[in-house]
Amino acid sequence: MIRADRVGVDLSGTTVLDDVTIEVIRGEVLALVGPNGAGKSTLLGVLSGEHPPSRGSVTIDGRPIARIRSGELAKLRSVLTQENTVSFPFLVSEVVAMGRSPWARSEESRDDLAEVTAALGAADITHLADRRYTQLSGGEKARVAFARVLAQRTPVIFLDEPTAALDLRHQEDVMREARRLATNGAAVVVVLHDLSLASAYADRLALVAGGRLEAVGTPADVLTQQRVERVYGVRVHLHEVGGRPVVVPVRSAT
Amino acid sequence: MTGRAARATLLSVVLAVVLVGGVVLSAVTGQLPISPGEVVGSVLRAVGIQNDWAPDDRIVESTLWVVRFPRVAMALAVGAALAVAGAVMQAIFGNPLAEPGVVGVSAGGAFGASIAIVFGLTALGTGTVAVFAFAGGLAATLLVYFVSRSNGRTEVVTLLLTGIAVNAFAGAGLAFLIFVADSGSREQIVFWQLGSLNGSLWPEAAIVATVTVIGTIVAVTLGRRYDLLALGERNARHLGVNVEALRIGSIVLVALLTGVAVAFCGIIAFVGLVVPHVIRMAIGPGHRALLIASAVGGGALMVLSDLLARSLVAGSDLPIGLLTSLIGGPFFFYLLFRQRSKSGGWA
Repeated sequence: MIRADRVGVDLSGTTVLDDVTIEVIRGEVLALVGPNGAGKSTLLGVLSGEHPPSRGSVTIDGRPIARIRSGELAKLRSVLTQENTVSFPFLVSEVVAMGRSPWARSEESRDDLAEVTAALGAADITHLADRRYTQLSGGEKARVAFARVLAQRTPVIFLDEPTAALDLRHQEDVMREARRLATNGAAVVVVLHDLSLASAYADRLALVAGGRLEAVGTPADVLTQQRVERVYGVRVHLHEVGGRPVVVPVRSAT
Repeated sequence: MTGRAARATLLSVVLAVVLVGGVVLSAVTGQLPISPGEVVGSVLRAVGIQNDWAPDDRIVESTLWVVRFPRVAMALAVGAALAVAGAVMQAIFGNPLAEPGVVGVSAGGAFGASIAIVFGLTALGTGTVAVFAFAGGLAATLLVYFVSRSNGRTEVVTLLLTGIAVNAFAGAGLAFLIFVADSGSREQIVFWQLGSLNGSLWPEAAIVATVTVIGTIVAVTLGRRYDLLALGERNARHLGVNVEALRIGSIVLVALLTGVAVAFCGIIAFVGLVVPHVIRMAIGPGHRALLIASAVGGGALMVLSDLLARSLVAGSDLPIGLLTSLIGGPFFFYLLFRQRSKSGGWA
């Protein structure tokens, strides 16, 4: 679906991403993990067509992503950003409905109402629909932004730390929804910090460290004790729950 | 949703009443009292419907059609232009405090107009002053825009400080022009700084009205995109908005609307701040409805303000810019105060 071939990104003289080759596949949840500042978000931006890479190429179904007009790209991929502020007091339902805007004046726009209703339900914010966005808590705002991305109904979905502001239950809800989208044929790329969460829901993990792709593969292949300890610089225990690795840092008893 | 729909209906009714009431009141008030019946009759006769109410007195007739109606038309057009310009500016700055007068766009326009006046420039015909006002307004808008935005948003502090700088610079330019000008030009510049609808003529009102109508239509068609811009520049782009083109187009639009208003009526501040804000409180921030209602509300407010300006002190015509600033200043302070307590700081 989306393929990055030997991409590199330089930002004001520093190389933040170097020689990364990765493919985003339909029907799959791909989790990007790695330490702070490793280049995960930059990689997400490159794959979503937001940052043009300094080197290498990014194609979507074989077409260079840079050549696709923003209006068409908005029908192919949606992006959940980390920051979601809204300048004016729009209602939650209005914000979610904005996710439908790429489909305006197309045949799909007749589904607008149904899609918005479904997205509100999937993000568990139906009860907030008539509230003003600016009055919500951080976690509620994050779920509204997630619903907006769901309403956009694109075959590729990028989620940049979608669970950061969420409580335990809503973290699971969001990841389950991501899983469901992939099962229905979408390609989902998600940046996560929680290795255990990534391991539980992703088909493949891509471990990014120091601007390079350290490893790609199934959670069990990527998350070895030795690799995690080297990349993160912290001692960890590796457990297994339901056939998936769970990473727990070694904490000295006090 | 239903709450907002009900309030939208109520707002439409209120605006219609205020607008029609303001227009009729403006037509009947003045040194020569004219009855509302005569006003209605005269308008009906003008559109080809003969009736008994129409005034027979030539003086009444010419007072209406040469003095009062052009002035009312100008007030409607200028008010609408300034309110729409304010709403568009707030949309692209992502900040409800952006306003052509506050950030110095009007001052830039007045500076441009004054250059044309003082140096007697007529290269572009009678519209030279208007073109210079537009150029000054555009330059100021571009300056403010590029200086005060970062990461797709404008912090209140940066916006206001940039406004101070632009206003100071334009003020210095104006002061210099007043210094070098002859007394005739000097009077004209002072008129520009204070703002007035006195002596409005049909051709001038027609120019402002044309620009206002076209500008409002363009703004309304961009309304959906302004909504998306409220999500932040990145999210708008992800939703397919060509943010750069939208911004540049909108800046030209703001400069055009503000420039044409300033060119004929001088600096009339705070209309673009107060009107969209009140409307947003009533019907929500959706830009298409907001822009249309702001145009009508701006026109209504300006007609009423002008009525006050010329009837508050008997026999004299107060500068309307003085009046709008008198109301707008405290209102602006209230907005600032609210935003500060909401976000816990001046950011």
